[in-house]
Amino acid sequence: MTLIGELSLWVALLMAAWSTTVSYAGGATRRIDLVDSGIRGLYATFAMVLLASIGLWTALLTRDFSLEYVAGHISAAMPSIYVFTAFWSGQAGSMLFWALILSMYGTIAIATSRKRNEELAPWATGTISAILLFFIATTCFKANPFIRLPFTPLDGRGMNPQLQNPGMALHPPNLYLGYVATAIPFAFAIAALFAKRLDAEWLGVVRRWALLSWFFLTIGIVLGMWWAYVELGWGGYWAWDPVENSSFLPWLTTTAFLHSIMIQEKRGMLRKWNVVLVVVSFLLSVFGTFITRSGVIESVHSFAQSPVGPWFATFFFLATGLSIYLVGVRLKDLEAKAELESMVSREAAFLYNNLVLCGIAFAVLWGTVFPILSEWAGKPKITVGPPFFNTVNVPLGLLLLALTGVGPLIAWRRASVSNLRRQFTAPAVSGLVVAVALIAAGMRDVYALVAYYLCGFVAATIVQEFYKGVRARQSIHNESVFTGFVRLVARNRRRYGGYIVHAGIVMLFAAFAGLAFRTEHDISLRAGESFSVKDPYGHQWKFVSQGVSYFNRPDRDVLAVGLEAFRDGKRIGIIPTEKRQYVDTQRQPLFNPITEVGIRSSAKLDTYVVLAGYVRDKDVAEMRVTFNPLVVWVWIGGFLMMIGGLVVMWPQAERRKPQGGYAAVMPASRNEAEVAVPA
Amino acid sequence: MKPRTKFILGGCLVLGVAGYLMASSIQETGVYYLTPTELATKVRADSSFTSAGVKVGARVVPGSIQRDPGGKQYAFKVTDGSQIMPVVYKGIAPDTFTDSVDVVVSGRMGADGTFQAKELLAKCASRYENAPDAKYKETPGYKAGARKA
Repeated sequence: MTLIGELSLWVALLMAAWSTTVSYAGGATRRIDLVDSGIRGLYATFAMVLLASIGLWTALLTRDFSLEYVAGHISAAMPSIYVFTAFWSGQAGSMLFWALILSMYGTIAIATSRKRNEELAPWATGTISAILLFFIATTCFKANPFIRLPFTPLDGRGMNPQLQNPGMALHPPNLYLGYVATAIPFAFAIAALFAKRLDAEWLGVVRRWALLSWFFLTIGIVLGMWWAYVELGWGGYWAWDPVENSSFLPWLTTTAFLHSIMIQEKRGMLRKWNVVLVVVSFLLSVFGTFITRSGVIESVHSFAQSPVGPWFATFFFLATGLSIYLVGVRLKDLEAKAELESMVSREAAFLYNNLVLCGIAFAVLWGTVFPILSEWAGKPKITVGPPFFNTVNVPLGLLLLALTGVGPLIAWRRASVSNLRRQFTAPAVSGLVVAVALIAAGMRDVYALVAYYLCGFVAATIVQEFYKGVRARQSIHNESVFTGFVRLVARNRRRYGGYIVHAGIVMLFAAFAGLAFRTEHDISLRAGESFSVKDPYGHQWKFVSQGVSYFNRPDRDVLAVGLEAFRDGKRIGIIPTEKRQYVDTQRQPLFNPITEVGIRSSAKLDTYVVLAGYVRDKDVAEMRVTFNPLVVWVWIGGFLMMIGGLVVMWPQAERRKPQGGYAAVMPASRNEAEVAVPA
Repeated sequence: MKPRTKFILGGCLVLGVAGYLMASSIQETGVYYLTPTELATKVRADSSFTSAGVKVGARVVPGSIQRDPGGKQYAFKVTDGSQIMPVVYKGIAPDTFTDSVDVVVSGRMGADGTFQAKELLAKCASRYENAPDAKYKETPGYKAGARKA
């Protein structure tokens, strides 16, 4: 099977090359036989890459240690689920995984949109195949997972136990699914530019795939945060590490695109800008893969320094050059069909939303590549850390949060004073109530107060929208609150799904602002000794050490400490924290010892305990206790964003025609009619 | 004034503030990223350089890690191959901090020539995978298989 897999990979290379050449030729000459052949070539590439992937999975699951990739990433004793996920845990496998997802996406995208976008199909197929060609070629020549060892080891090296975690099993594939999905809108944008079909028709496909990309990037990023928080033990979930940033960048530009595309659908504005955003999102995905895979930027993520770096750099510059050229020669075909009419309008709010998202993206990119830029400029290497990112992004983020509340409610074209008063009085008051209550409770941090004011404001706008919508349905259709709510969301998925995403964003911001109040305590306790401290809310905590215990599990030796925790004299429970040394079947140590964090979560506060060390002769356990306010809201908010994304993406039957006056300029959104709800 | 002009003005304001924040925070929080050799050269050239915060990337000298009996202080040496630099770090070391790993320490150079680290990041090449050529040489089965053969 591995032999079939390896052969399929080479056949896939030929197929992708064929499909690229023939599709572009078919697009240029308008010969339908060439176009058809190119599309069949893409389907065949998918089949071959799938076969190659099955080959690698078979090798992993049958533990064929004669393959270097298998021997390097798994061991005989590992649970099968992690053997399965080992497919993408290394360089070679993840390149193949990219190719697998891209060929699958490409096949689905072309097969489903071909009839509707006859003119675009050859160019889009050619572009997808060209990208595939690059990934498959890199896999074949520079990172081949089918390379055999000169001997067959009895066992493999296994996987670092910190990676054997459900979060880490799901985090990379979600990011890949998100990264790769940016290639489809890119291919259709390039196709639209080639074919000069720059009307709204390509936007329907592009929006769906951009949404899919956004959805998976969101899940991937949040899972990565969760994994870092529960496994790495430094007490936080985001460190502005270059690798984290590189997943955040396409997320930002895709988010910007998902907003600005509404302006193009409704008003025919921002046509150039949308093409640029689609192209930039893809380029940032490639760039992100490049910097994570090449090691050009110092990161704690240190993937293997590998030979694929120059290939990626070449591909990145080629794709950038082609995009700039194509956008340049088509600029005059992308003139806006309408002008901005007022600064107090939904258009303006969305424009600022885009500006801020792109500003954040630029600042993050700048901070990430600054060490390289400063070296190129002939100066010593200078790095910037979290202080840089926080100084720039906190004000921008708060502005964005404010726009999250304003954008969806303000009127199109030109908002009247009565529109503003009707929509924003209650939210503004709600925000004030929150802020005043917090000041009364003793909060003095200005940024946090602004953040909570805005959280209150945006949350109230969302509640108000749902309330008005449900009330309207109740009075028109005579429905119960629950039925009204469900039907309201189900009949206006884009709109109300978007609000659900926004609700998740509000929770995230509330949690981020909570970080301003986190406190850390380093403690040393003997068995029976206790430590008392106040948490950020003023509750009195007492931790009593239960002493250190040793025990052995089949796969690990464990040193554990339990802290019995009391809050305001009431017993909360025992918080355990461990040092683990994973061992092989001969009980020889594997990898470094790792720390198992003890976390006690509640809606208000996480109590986070890390065993730092144990001084044997004194019998003292060294621990760090961190109070992390509101952290669970990051996970809940992330989950809500995922749900909102699902609601927006869920296919809607074509039974409703667009209503209202915008129908004439919104052909691309005919599937997702947005029904105006009487306010 | 046309709304378009107003928007552009507003946009410039937003971007201007962002740009100013970026420039000023790079000035204030950007730190040199040096190797021990580069740091030693800089300190020799300008002894006041010891007051500047820097990051140093280097490899831990095997066997040099000494843990304070109290627990949370570490003394160790790092090297870039030519220059060896002693480091003192107070705090919790990451799990991956051990002999011969690449570390990034941030802090400042003390007057006595010992680097006072406030932050310690350890990179572990085997967290994701080893360098391609060295990968299977450390495989437990490599030795077992070789013995059998």
